[in-house]
Amino acid sequence: RAMELPPSHFLAARAAAVALGYLCYLRGGPGRGLELRELRRARRQDIDDVGHKYYLELELEDVLDKDRTVTCTAEVLYPLGNKSSAPDVQVTVQGELRSTEEADQEFYNRMRSLEKELVAENIPDSHGNVPPELEPIHLLARVASGYLIWQNSTENTKFHLARVKRVKQVKRNDEDLQFDYVVLLHEMVSQELIPWEVTVLWHPRRGARVSRDRRQTGHGAG
Amino acid sequence: QLDFWLAPRGLGFPVDIRVPFPSLQPVKAHLEASGVSYSIMIEDVQALVDEERTQMLRSSRQRPLTTNTFNYEAYHTLDEIYDFMDLLVAENPNLVSKLEIGRSTEDRPLYVLKFSTGGTKRPAVWIDTGIHSREWVTQASGVWFAKKVPTPPGKDSCVASILDTMDIFLEIVTNPDGFAFTQTQNRMWRKTRSKHAGSICIGVDPNRNWDAGFGEAGASSNPCSETYHGPYANSEPEVKSIVDFVKSHGNIKAFVSIHSYSQLLLYPYGYTETPAPDQKELHEVSAKAVAALSSLYGTSFQYGSIITTIYRASGSTVDWTYNQGIKYSFTFELRDTGRYGFLLPAKQIVPTAEETWLALKVIMEHARDNMY
Repeated sequence: RAMELPPSHFLAARAAAVALGYLCYLRGGPGRGLELRELRRARRQDIDDVGHKYYLELELEDVLDKDRTVTCTAEVLYPLGNKSSAPDVQVTVQGELRSTEEADQEFYNRMRSLEKELVAENIPDSHGNVPPELEPIHLLARVASGYLIWQNSTENTKFHLARVKRVKQVKRNDEDLQFDYVVLLHEMVSQELIPWEVTVLWHPRRGARVSRDRRQTGHGAG
Repeated sequence: QLDFWLAPRGLGFPVDIRVPFPSLQPVKAHLEASGVSYSIMIEDVQALVDEERTQMLRSSRQRPLTTNTFNYEAYHTLDEIYDFMDLLVAENPNLVSKLEIGRSTEDRPLYVLKFSTGGTKRPAVWIDTGIHSREWVTQASGVWFAKKVPTPPGKDSCVASILDTMDIFLEIVTNPDGFAFTQTQNRMWRKTRSKHAGSICIGVDPNRNWDAGFGEAGASSNPCSETYHGPYANSEPEVKSIVDFVKSHGNIKAFVSIHSYSQLLLYPYGYTETPAPDQKELHEVSAKAVAALSSLYGTSFQYGSIITTIYRASGSTVDWTYNQGIKYSFTFELRDTGRYGFLLPAKQIVPTAEETWLALKVIMEHARDNMY
């Protein structure tokens, strides 16, 4: 009952973007950014009264370690009707992702020991540059964006992180690092750039979690 | 003398203010007394401005004297690209000429480079880049293509053989108003910069303004939308000038419009699910072109019709050119797939242009070998 889709079909590509967003949120970090190398296979199933389910086989790469790829299977279920409900995503990653323990700890220590909280804007800059010391901040933004993409996608949207408009570190009394971001999400179908406030808490062992997010009104490009 | 970089919009919305030094203490005192919390985003704006000015002076002092010293691995301003075109023509007077096909809304010239070894209105290939201004790797690739064409063969006798029987037209900055705007005001600007009665919003999506399914599903009638189709087909001078050129030339055999990002090679249609009559052939040419592209750096592209591969889009360029009888009508979406998106690092310009050129050659050769 599941129909085969050519991997070039836009429905397959959009579902893959949701799976990638979810994975970036779950497995990404300041030392790891995941990107889609190839969508190998896609199938689609209409489940009566429930929604549309996609079965995907993906090949992923770590943006900091491009020679290695990892295979992943994902199921993305877009629920019917209720638009404020996030797609349900299940993923299985086959194989090991490169360990980022050392880099994570070093980033953590560096951020905790800053005298003044980190503040930055426009990552990347107009020419696509990201200063090396801001690369982990950029990667953490991809983690946060992964959450937003997962939570807000429908079959009619395809989101990517276009740019970090602004980021501000917030000192905390507990062990987490906190970063308040304003990210610009590019939505492919409408071509709009949507500014979105998102707060990320991160710890080297506990990973990342989004504690707060709010879509800003108005254009990101206007 | 406060300079609002993010103006007050309403309760709960942040406000960004550049505060001149003499006003710093009074402003802080006022905010604190009113219980308004604030944080410092940039300590010293002047320092940033000074740094930028130094960098720009440094690069302008190195204005290239020939197209051999032009830096293809960097993004350039509109003036630099227009200067480059003049250098290229001066260096290759028997091959390259510059045509002005119209003027933009803000009265900038719309230049097309013509590459021709002679003849009269030979069958031709058209390539345009930069129709969407924020897609910077496309204009940059266009500059690289322009340099590639006259560069002596040896390795690339294929281009020489194409030029034996065909002309190449290349419009590098198809949307100069938008491009200037991305450099000075808003890096993410996509559309033209035309004003329309009844709306404060500016600009029309030049890839929804063509007369193919104009105004149908797949474009927006809202002037504030990024896919606004405009008040009527060809309302935008940037589009109308190409329409007039194509119609009066009458012998264009292949038309390629270049965008970024997504790594796709697309053919008509976008405005309807009805397959193009030449779908099978276009699909085969696409497969060959994509294989050639991928052979260089392993960059993988998907390909197919616009409507099945990316989304429904009405009033798009290649739907119009195809319906005019230009069979080999293609749209590219270049690197990448979203990691940098529109903000592709400059060091990827040349690899992107190189691989895309291989695909373009497949299309041009096919047109040459399958004259109609």
